[in-house]
Amino acid sequence: MTNRTITRADLAEAVYEQVGLSRNESSDLVELVLEEISKSLIENKNVKISSFGSFSIREKGERIGRNPKTGVEVPILPRKVLVFRASHVLKDRINKGV
Amino acid sequence: MTKSELIQMLAERNPHLYMRDVEKIVDTIFEEITAALVRGDRVELRGFGAFSVKEREARIGRNPRTGSSVSVDAKRLPFFKTGKALRERLNGLTISGGEDF
Repeated sequence: MTNRTITRADLAEAVYEQVGLSRNESSDLVELVLEEISKSLIENKNVKISSFGSFSIREKGERIGRNPKTGVEVPILPRKVLVFRASHVLKDRINKGV
Repeated sequence: MTKSELIQMLAERNPHLYMRDVEKIVDTIFEEITAALVRGDRVELRGFGAFSVKEREARIGRNPRTGSSVSVDAKRLPFFKTGKALRERLNGLTISGGEDF
């Protein structure tokens, strides 16, 4: 394990090397890909990337929570959460290294 | 939205790019994320979310139907945590600057 943290800059660099666009344009495209995925999810449309995984929206109902420190009950409002489900291809590739 | 629909949409927005280049861009991004996770690295995309790998130790599991013991091997599982800005956008809130991963 190397334990590095990969960021947008690394993704942009990979696009720059693989596709041969300018560094600036590569970085804009990485951003655009993330933004298109985000927008689709905000519109409640799930995103499925074959051999990687799927992003879906789960609607959570209201429930009563409790402040663990004070014990005071507070309503947790209904909200949407994003769930990522890894594909079998991704899970298998991650486990091959073990 | 599927990967091919995503590619289609990006191609429409970028008429100066070849379709095969748009495909390559999308494939490269997901391949880089996958390769990082295979190495055990973390991928942090601020405002969107973070991918990481969690280790699960080997354990003795049980077949719930028969009750018999089965050994479950150690494994690594990919994990995603939604970024703060996206979480807020999903719930119609304004985008805040900070990020708490």
